Amino acid sequence: MRAWWAQTRAEVRMTVRRGETLLLTIAIPVLLLVFFSLAHVTATPTRHRVDFIAPGVIALCVLSTSMVALSIATGFERSFGVLRRLHVTPLGQRRLIGAKIAGVVATEVIQVTVVAVVALILGWHPRGGLSGAAVATLIVLLGSAGLAGIGLALAGWLRAEVNLAASNGLYLVLLLVSGIVVPLSSLPAVIGRVAVALPSGALAESLHRLLGLGSSPTGGDWVSLVIWALGAPVLAARTFRLD
Amino acid sequence: MSHAVEVTGLRVAFGDLVAVDGASLTVDYAEVVALLGPNGAGKTTLVETLLGFRDPGAGSVRVHGLDPRRDHDEVVLRTGALLQRGGVWFPMTPAQVLNLTATYYDAPRQPNELLTLLDLDRCAQTPWRRLSGGEQQRTLLALALIARPRVLVLDEPTTAVDPEGRQVIRSIIAAEAARGCAVLITTHELTEAERMANRLVIMHQGRVVAAGSLDELAGEPELIIETSTPLDAAQLGHLLGCAVVMERPTRLRCRIESTPERVAIVSAWLSEHGASLVSLQTRATLEERYLELIAHERSRS
Repeated sequence: MRAWWAQTRAEVRMTVRRGETLLLTIAIPVLLLVFFSLAHVTATPTRHRVDFIAPGVIALCVLSTSMVALSIATGFERSFGVLRRLHVTPLGQRRLIGAKIAGVVATEVIQVTVVAVVALILGWHPRGGLSGAAVATLIVLLGSAGLAGIGLALAGWLRAEVNLAASNGLYLVLLLVSGIVVPLSSLPAVIGRVAVALPSGALAESLHRLLGLGSSPTGGDWVSLVIWALGAPVLAARTFRLD
Repeated sequence: MSHAVEVTGLRVAFGDLVAVDGASLTVDYAEVVALLGPNGAGKTTLVETLLGFRDPGAGSVRVHGLDPRRDHDEVVLRTGALLQRGGVWFPMTPAQVLNLTATYYDAPRQPNELLTLLDLDRCAQTPWRRLSGGEQQRTLLALALIARPRVLVLDEPTTAVDPEGRQVIRSIIAAEAARGCAVLITTHELTEAERMANRLVIMHQGRVVAAGSLDELAGEPELIIETSTPLDAAQLGHLLGCAVVMERPTRLRCRIESTPERVAIVSAWLSEHGASLVSLQTRATLEERYLELIAHERSRS
């Protein structure tokens, strides 16, 4: 427990000290929130633009931290031999992954708090009340698990530099096709159908329905979230390499 | 009592490439063993198998009598390792990473004590990326020592380390062995191996081609003389009563024990010819023996 807690604190400290991570996890989501809430770039299914954009940006926060930041940091740890060295200590893979997950969750709490405060200033009226917030937390946790699994699989599979490019590229693609800031209804139907099968798409759609429209996520959203949350970490565990 | 490290008939292959081919070695507690060999000899693969990174394709590997894969948690609690490609998070300082690593163990050594021991006090607050190669290497050694290990596996510990740092590392290795720790070092620095190790194991193309103490590896006693000017080898041979080989015009070598009488004969002979003694060896150096062995193995294969 002591090792896990110390490792978690170290993970969070390193995350918040990395300038590029802060840009990715805080600055870009806040900028997108402000820009898409104020600028009439696309039509939104809600009366107030921010009611659609804020849940989408929360999904983006999860995408940036669970997948991109985790993947890039882990990829470089592998490349610089940090993971090899940890293998010969009693920290163990489970406690290391546990610390990384706790670090991701802590970062997401900070992100969601900042985004929620900015969104409320912009006039966001989240729907669903307390029960909606509880369900949203579950959705975020499932989305985090699925996206973290993809991030770790990429980090274990690709060279650090290739992974850096791939993670950032994937981030941009998922940002555009997952209904995060552009409603799926504005995209070609085939992209919309593929998007909800993706963890980021199911995450964004669930949060839009729950917090933006006050309705429940669809069965398809839940199935997609659960499959990715269970499948992606297993894939990561099976394919991960220390060197 | 069982060996601290026991490798028996180990074979490790990567596809068609056989990296370790039936290698066997042991390291006892309170002993320093140096594992030598050219690049690609299989040293690092053997070390990585000892530390549970790889499965032995054939043969067996035991550390403290345990299987490094199956009993990994138990093995790493009692084993310190300095890996050739093992690193630290870039923003962390030696003090931070030692303090963090200390939390992994129940009764670790004090990080401050290790910083002083390894002469890292001056750079204790410097981020890893700004440390010199030698400082990074000493930090990795401090991390390997933090749990008071009973087995220490050091893969090229003196790489990029300056002479002062090497002296620090040598004295720490000697102290660890004196404490009862089994130390296995891989190195290309034959002089370092000669100074640090009780026993040497030489690998080539995945196989152990020689093993033993320095005296055992050096072979028969010899008298190797280096002079300031070229002299007649046959004349010296006549005086000593043995065949003298001229390796170079100023280097003469004969397979004979260096008794005080013979050394006196050589000294008088040099004086008679107005030459001075540049060096006198009583056996082949480890480097000479190593190069001979590797050349022999290469010619065989």
